[in-house]
Amino acid sequence: MATAKHTIVALVEDKPGVLAHMASLFRRRGFNIDSIAVGGSELPNLSRMTIVVDGTAIMVEQVRKQLDKVIDVVKVSDITGDDMIARELALIKVKANSSTRSEIIQIVDIFRANIVDVASDSVTIEATGDDEKITSLLHLLRGFGVKEIARTGSIAMTRGNQGALKIVEKISNVRVKRQK
Amino acid sequence: MKMTGGQIICESLIKEGVEVIFGFPGGAVIPLYDTLLQYPQLRHILVRHEQAAAHAADGYARVTGKVGVCFATSGPGATNLVTGIANAYLDSVPMVAITGQVSRPFIGKDAFQEIDITGITLPITKHNYLVLDPGSLANTIKEAFHIARTGRPGPVLIDVPKDVQEVQADFKYPTKLNLMGYEPTVKGHPAQIKKASKLINEAKRPLIIAGRGVIVSQAYTELKRLAEVAQIPIITTLLGISSFPESHVLNYGWLGMHGMAYANMAVEAADLIIAIGMRFDDRATAKVSAFAPHARVVHIDIDPAEIGKNIRVDVPIVGDVKVVLNILNEQINTIEHMDWIRQLNEWREEHPLLQIRDFDGILPQYIISKIHEVTNGEATIVTGVGQHQMWAAQHYLYDKPNTFVTSGGLGTMGFGLPAAIGAKVGRAKNDIWCIDGDGSFQMTIQELATIAQEKLAIKIAIMHNGYLGMVRQWQDLFYDKRYVATPLSTPDFVKISEAYGISAIRVSHKEDVIPAIERAMNEDGPFLIDFMIEPEENVYPMVPPGGALSEILEEPKNEVEVWLRQSTR
Repeated sequence: MATAKHTIVALVEDKPGVLAHMASLFRRRGFNIDSIAVGGSELPNLSRMTIVVDGTAIMVEQVRKQLDKVIDVVKVSDITGDDMIARELALIKVKANSSTRSEIIQIVDIFRANIVDVASDSVTIEATGDDEKITSLLHLLRGFGVKEIARTGSIAMTRGNQGALKIVEKISNVRVKRQK
Repeated sequence: MKMTGGQIICESLIKEGVEVIFGFPGGAVIPLYDTLLQYPQLRHILVRHEQAAAHAADGYARVTGKVGVCFATSGPGATNLVTGIANAYLDSVPMVAITGQVSRPFIGKDAFQEIDITGITLPITKHNYLVLDPGSLANTIKEAFHIARTGRPGPVLIDVPKDVQEVQADFKYPTKLNLMGYEPTVKGHPAQIKKASKLINEAKRPLIIAGRGVIVSQAYTELKRLAEVAQIPIITTLLGISSFPESHVLNYGWLGMHGMAYANMAVEAADLIIAIGMRFDDRATAKVSAFAPHARVVHIDIDPAEIGKNIRVDVPIVGDVKVVLNILNEQINTIEHMDWIRQLNEWREEHPLLQIRDFDGILPQYIISKIHEVTNGEATIVTGVGQHQMWAAQHYLYDKPNTFVTSGGLGTMGFGLPAAIGAKVGRAKNDIWCIDGDGSFQMTIQELATIAQEKLAIKIAIMHNGYLGMVRQWQDLFYDKRYVATPLSTPDFVKISEAYGISAIRVSHKEDVIPAIERAMNEDGPFLIDFMIEPEENVYPMVPPGGALSEILEEPKNEVEVWLRQSTR
């Protein structure tokens, strides 16, 4: 069966071991995690994870169900098929001298990226965008000599009210119940 | 009220209704054990190896339906629990394991007897905790018991550093839980139940496959009602044995690799499978692509991750078996399926299981059927893993609910004796028979000392064939009889047993089988019988590995064996 990239978002309790547990569920089935990004969410004590993996739809759905069983995982969705926004941040350090610097600046402008540090022999570029944009920017910059790359991996959210709301609804239900 | 961590643990266990703890002390749990002295209502049973503590808690939990509890120290104590915890995880047994850990300042420094047991048990527990704040102990224990016993039951481990057991904290047992990410679905979806009832009402050849979920949910009467009202034959899984009386007219045995031929044939022919509290394990389904080729599938299970995992499901119902069946039963019509039943009865007559052939030596099947006779079918049978396990499953007739205790998912050799300890502690008034093999028995033989110390009247029957029999059977059938590492030299089990203070006899002649079983029943205390069985007896029927249920082999005929060897090359 054909594999494809899947974007999974999860709200998890801010507790030790959650990340290891989730990663182990992928590892056990031989999945390679493309990227995983963890940070805060709109709710206190809950972190939001975005995991990008390559796998068949059936296997990914099985892992999603297993992730959902982890006690500290509050909600997990595969938003691959949804209308979504995915972004990542990259820092790219490129060799630059007086003759190449202006050309690099032009490329950076076209990609609506920023130069965040300039040294005598290099510039560091900050770029945000989806995977495709970052990859094409990198492709253009390689010619100048890339010294260092750091990428955050994708963070994602569905557009409008769909998807993300489901998560909030569930949380607020639980919250309301607890207050009773 | 201020209390030490150890006292908080004991108080919390009492609040959770715990009466028995199986355990083994060590350096990092001495403070906890010290407080046990103040709580005589908590009975502690000292095992001889921590693996047995976990298996005993497992056996106790299975027969009582309560959460089994075990204690162990840090490091090797904790790692010795691992097999027992994994066993409970795979068979959905509620358990709370409490392990000592090195004091907080030493954690992460490779201190003496320090091991990352929460890391090790991450994939084999439903949840686990390392308690760093003594103030959170009570809350943690409440959560642990709730998680262990609700939803799909499972083991939870709590790792408590030694200094957390010693320092004082405020104790007030919480009344509320704070588990945002845990809310098992108990009620099935009404629309799905409606769809299921429609399929059931229209089916011509419906078949129920009942699993351990029926026992966990204690849905015996609900299952019986569904079967009787809609006249649906029932087969069970291995772990579903004793979820429905085996002498009931609608019971057609159990399916799978060593299940009854007619049960497997029923799966093959059914036009509707109603799977209840089971998970389509590969030993039950055999070749998945050939499983129930003509059937639609209704799957009722509390764990959504089991739905559609191995088998394509037409109507999934996530919920507690008892709750779902209660609603489903209201929508079921009184139906007759006489043609279907007649067909199954025919198959059962043509392919009987209980054909114990005339034989001068002692056949294990004969022993088991005689244990059934002498115990009136009222004993609880606990087994190890191997050939004896299959014979015990096949040839004892289980009519009483929840009377078969076996390691299904993990297939843990050595499970029998310690699990029998737990079963006897949980069911003191019942007859507990541990049916074991000479290989399986030797893996936890040290527990004879626990049985003697606690004066537990467990009856032990060893099917002694001098082989690691199940592996030998595979070598016999699929590896040209190359018996590598399966011939087994055994100690004199009678002398061993007597040395532990447990009476025992050896049975080498067929005519001594029944008197030996009767003698065991008449003994007040524990008793061991070393049955010298036919050494190369194989378990039949058998679905060859990789085969479909329909390819089941019934008789150990030479021509069949020849065909088998050729077809598997």
